[in-house]
Amino acid sequence: MGERPCIDAAPWVAGAESASDAQCVEALRRGDEAAFENLIDRHHPALVQAAIFFVRNRTAAEDVAQETWLAVVRGLPGFDGRSSLKTWIFAILINRAKTYGRREDRYVQFSPLSDPESESDEPSVDPDRFNPDDHPQHPGGWVSVPRNWNANPEQRLLSQETIGIIRQVIESLSPRQQTVISLRDVEGWSPEQVCNSLDICGTNQRVLLHRARSKVRAALGKYFEE
Amino acid sequence: MTCKELVEWITEYLEGAMSRDDRLKFEQHLAACPGCTECLAQFRETIRLTGHLPRPDIRSDTRKSLVRAFRELNQGQPSG
Repeated sequence: MGERPCIDAAPWVAGAESASDAQCVEALRRGDEAAFENLIDRHHPALVQAAIFFVRNRTAAEDVAQETWLAVVRGLPGFDGRSSLKTWIFAILINRAKTYGRREDRYVQFSPLSDPESESDEPSVDPDRFNPDDHPQHPGGWVSVPRNWNANPEQRLLSQETIGIIRQVIESLSPRQQTVISLRDVEGWSPEQVCNSLDICGTNQRVLLHRARSKVRAALGKYFEE
Repeated sequence: MTCKELVEWITEYLEGAMSRDDRLKFEQHLAACPGCTECLAQFRETIRLTGHLPRPDIRSDTRKSLVRAFRELNQGQPSG
């Protein structure tokens, strides 16, 4: 395989990133289509996912992500490298997604600041798994100990069926939970990257992530412990 | 900290976001509780398995139209 600019192996390592960013920006300014293809292959799905956080509709999120790429190409002469290329691209996306969301009159209603979503109240494990609070020996303790999943062979743990269950749960999550778990646990972003890109605080990020992981864990539990 | 309370702290714990005191309570409970130890292991396994989901691909028509727009912008033509 030849030289592939725009591939950042460890995207949150600033040093590695700025070197490949500079290479990539230079290639894009030259009009190098392969460099552009690499960039959109790498980031477009995450852009769409991040946009869903604000617009709550996949078609609209696709539109916002595509507009973002055009803005990126037009804005390249002004990119000064003070932030990473990825951070810069996501900042453009978030601006557009928020504007779009406001225009659709959805953003105000669901803004992370004003959104009281019941998310923080959902228990992460079925309350029936625990003793009642007035239990004489072990209040709030496990009724029965969760099973060890490793009793399942690795082929079952990593089967297509398992992957299918996880995908199904993620697709059923609220757009905000879906975005956070996709960026953290599927795309492998750091917590800081998610907070910065989505413009949310660490606590908010962890609440969304915990709810999302809890639902995936519950579904896998049902499957593995059957 | 009861088991029912501990499970709500798991992501905070894994992210290293707990205060020193809370973390201590969490770890003390864990050391004495096979149920919560297993639950924490299940969360770790959930994260590992989720990491095996294939990343979604860009749709090929989207890819084509973006590359075309890139070309046109570079040639100084309107992208339509």
